[in-house]
Amino acid sequence: MSDTGAGFVQLGILLVALAVVYRPLGDYMARVFTSKKHLKVERVLYRVVRVNPDSEQRWTTYAAGVLGFSFVSVVVLYLLQRLQSVLPFNFGRGTLDPATSFNTAVSFVTNTNWQSYVPETVMGHTVQMAGLTVQNFVSAAVGLAVAVALVRGFVRAKTDRLGNVWVDIVRGAVRILLPIAFLFAIVLIAFGTVMSLTKGVDVTGPDGVQHTIALAPVASQESIKELGTNGGGILNANSAHPFENPNSWTNLIEIFLILVIPVSLTRTFGTMVGNKRQGTALLAVMGILWAGMLTLIWWAEAHPNGPAALLAGAGMEGKETRFGIPSTALFANSTTGTSTGAVNGAHDSLSGLGGGGALLNMLFSEITPGGVGTGLYSILVFAIIAVFLAGLMVGRTPEYLGKKLGRREITTASIAILAMPTLVLIGSGVALMMKDTAGALGNSGAHGLSEVLYAFASTSNNNGSAFGGITVTSNFFQSTLGVCMLLGRFIPIIAVLCLAGSLASQKRVPESAGTLPTTGPQFVTMLAGTVLLVAALTFVPALALGPIAEALA
Amino acid sequence: MIVVKSIVKQTWAGLRVLLALTVLLGVLYPLAVWGVSRIPGLHNQAEGSVVNENGQPVGSSLIGVDPVAADPDHDPWFHNRPQAVTADPKDSNNPLPPGDPSVSGASNKAADNPDLVKAVQARQDAIAKREGVSNDKVPADAVTASGSGLDPAISPAYAELQVPRVVRVTGLPEAKVRQLVADHTSGRGAGVLGEPTVNVLELNLAVRAAGGHA
Repeated sequence: MSDTGAGFVQLGILLVALAVVYRPLGDYMARVFTSKKHLKVERVLYRVVRVNPDSEQRWTTYAAGVLGFSFVSVVVLYLLQRLQSVLPFNFGRGTLDPATSFNTAVSFVTNTNWQSYVPETVMGHTVQMAGLTVQNFVSAAVGLAVAVALVRGFVRAKTDRLGNVWVDIVRGAVRILLPIAFLFAIVLIAFGTVMSLTKGVDVTGPDGVQHTIALAPVASQESIKELGTNGGGILNANSAHPFENPNSWTNLIEIFLILVIPVSLTRTFGTMVGNKRQGTALLAVMGILWAGMLTLIWWAEAHPNGPAALLAGAGMEGKETRFGIPSTALFANSTTGTSTGAVNGAHDSLSGLGGGGALLNMLFSEITPGGVGTGLYSILVFAIIAVFLAGLMVGRTPEYLGKKLGRREITTASIAILAMPTLVLIGSGVALMMKDTAGALGNSGAHGLSEVLYAFASTSNNNGSAFGGITVTSNFFQSTLGVCMLLGRFIPIIAVLCLAGSLASQKRVPESAGTLPTTGPQFVTMLAGTVLLVAALTFVPALALGPIAEALA
Repeated sequence: MIVVKSIVKQTWAGLRVLLALTVLLGVLYPLAVWGVSRIPGLHNQAEGSVVNENGQPVGSSLIGVDPVAADPDHDPWFHNRPQAVTADPKDSNNPLPPGDPSVSGASNKAADNPDLVKAVQARQDAIAKREGVSNDKVPADAVTASGSGLDPAISPAYAELQVPRVVRVTGLPEAKVRQLVADHTSGRGAGVLGEPTVNVLELNLAVRAAGGHA
C-alpha cells in the first residue's frame, strides 16, 4: 500500500476508535461531575484533608481554590527540584538551579510542560514521579474542573454556587484520569515502553564499544502525559525516543490518548446542558479545523521544501523511520491542536508550512480539540463571541443556551480570548529587541523568527512543544516564558470562572423565534469563522514574516 | 479582608489536597504500574528490551547505536542513521560519528539551514563512497538525523544499499544476507501504521551469528 493510502487507513482507525468511546466516555464524565455520591477512597481523602465535599462555592472561592492549589503546587515542585540532592533515586543528579526549577515548576503546574532541561541527565526518578507525574494528573484535573464550572454556569439558574473545586479536582483525577492512565501505562509496556526504577543498563555493543543506556519510570508518566494533554517527556527526545514511543502501535495509542478526553468532553457538555447537538456542533468545529490543519501539515511534509530536504530527497530530518511522514504529521497536528506539546519528531525541522501549521494550531487558542478541559472552555468562550457577533448583525441581545450575553459576559470572554495573543505578540516583540536573542537561535532568517514566535505561542497557550533549536536557558527566556505560562493559564481561568459565576446567577431566558440556533451548520460555520478571524486579525503579519516567508523562499 | 481570608483558607486546603494526591498519584500509582511491569511478559520491555548474546547485554533492540568498524575499509556492519547530537564534541567534524546512546535529541535545524545542507552533503558523500555508489542512490533516511538520534531502524532501501558491501566483507552468500535482511524487516503495524523498518542491531547480530566475521 502507498504511504498516503496507509496514512489514510491509519487516520480511519483513529477516528473510529474516538467515535466508539465518544458516547460512553462523554456520558461517564458527565455522571462523574453531576453525581451526589462520593467513592470510599474520596471520602477517606476528604476526611484526611478536612474539606467538606458537600458544600458548594461561589465563583470567587472556586477561583481562589484553583489559584491556591496551583500556587502550592509550584512551591512544592520548586522545592522538590531544589532538594533533589537529598532525595532517593537521584543517581547523583544534583540540585537544579533556581531559574530552571522555577521554569519547570510553573511549566508542569500550568499544564504546559515546556522543558528547558535534559531530563535523563538532570532529573532523578523521585522528582519525576512524586513531582512531575502528580502535576501531569492534577493540572489536567484543574482544566477539567474549570470547564465543568463553566458548563454549570449554563446549566444552573439564579444561584451563586458553581460546585466544589476540591471535589471536581479529586473526581477528575481519581475517577477519570487515574483508571485510564493506569490501563494504558500497562498497554504501553506490553508494546515496549520502558518502566524501570534503575538508572540505566550497561551494554557492550557488537563492535565491542561500551555504552550506558538510560532507563526511567517512563510508562506511568507517558500515559498521563498524553491523556492529560501535558506533553513533558521523561526523556529528552520526548515521544520520538524509542523508550517512550517504541513503534507505530504505541504512536497511534498515544495520539488516541491525546485526543480522547478533549473530543469526548463535547459529549459531556451536550449531556450536561441537556441538548447533545450543542456538543456535536462544537465537535464539528474542532474536527473541521483539525482536519484542515492535518491536510496542510501532511501535504507540506510530503512535499519537501528547502535545500537540505531537497538534497536528501525527503523531509526526514528530525523524523523517526518507524513513523515516517504521515504518522509524524498526524502526531504533530494532534499535539499542537491540544495543549499537549509531546512530539514524536523535531518540530523545528518540519517544513516551513508544516511547522507553520503546528504554530497556527496553537494560535487558534488550542481548540482543535484543545487540552483537557481547556479546549472545551476555550471553544465555549469563542462560541459566546460568535453569538455576540451574530447578535450585533441583527441588532438583538444575544443569548446562548438560555443565558443572555450582556456586558459582563462579553467582557470576561474577551479577556479570556485576548490574553494569549497579547502575551505572544508582546513577548516575541520584546525578545526580538534583545541583543542576545540572535545568538540564542538555532536557525537564522525567517525560521529564526518562527523559533521565537513558536516559543511564546507554546508557553502562552500552555502547549509546551518547541522549535527546539532555540536556546532558552538564559535568565531572560526562563523568566519571560515562565511568566507567559502563568498569565496564559490563569488570566483565562479567572475570566472563565467569573463568566461562569455571572451566567449561573442569571435566570433562564426561554427560547423564542428570534433565538439564534446554535446547533446547525450555520452556527458551525460562524463559530469556525470566528476562530479563524480572531487568529487571522492578530497573527497574519507575524506569520507572514516567519513560516510563510520560509515556505515561499 | 474577606477575600484575603478566603484565599488563605483555600490555599491551605489546596496544600492538604496536593499532599494527599501526591501519595496516590506520585507514589502508589507509579509503583503499582512498576509492580505490574514485573510480571513475565512485561518485564523485559519494562527494563529496556535488552538484547543478550552469550549471556552478555549487547544493546537494546529499541535503541540504535551506530557500530564502529575496526577497519573502515573492511566494514562488516549495517549502519544506523546519523546522530545529530553526540556527547563527544570532537565528533562534530565527522559526518558519520560513532553512535552515542548517552544523549537523545535532534539537530533542530530547518531545511534552509546552511549547516544542515552541508551536513547532508557530507553524509551523502561519505555513504556513497562507503557503498561504492553514486550520491543519488543514497536514501533520505541515511543522510538525515532522526528526532531521537537513537532511531533503532533504517528503511528497507538503506538496508538494501548496504547489502553488497556486507556480502563482500563478511564473505556470506548474497542470498543469505538478503534472507537475514528480510527476516529483520518489519512491515507497517497491522499493515497500515507507520513505515516498514529494518532493525539494525538485530540484523548485525544475525549476520555475525551466521558466520559473517566481524
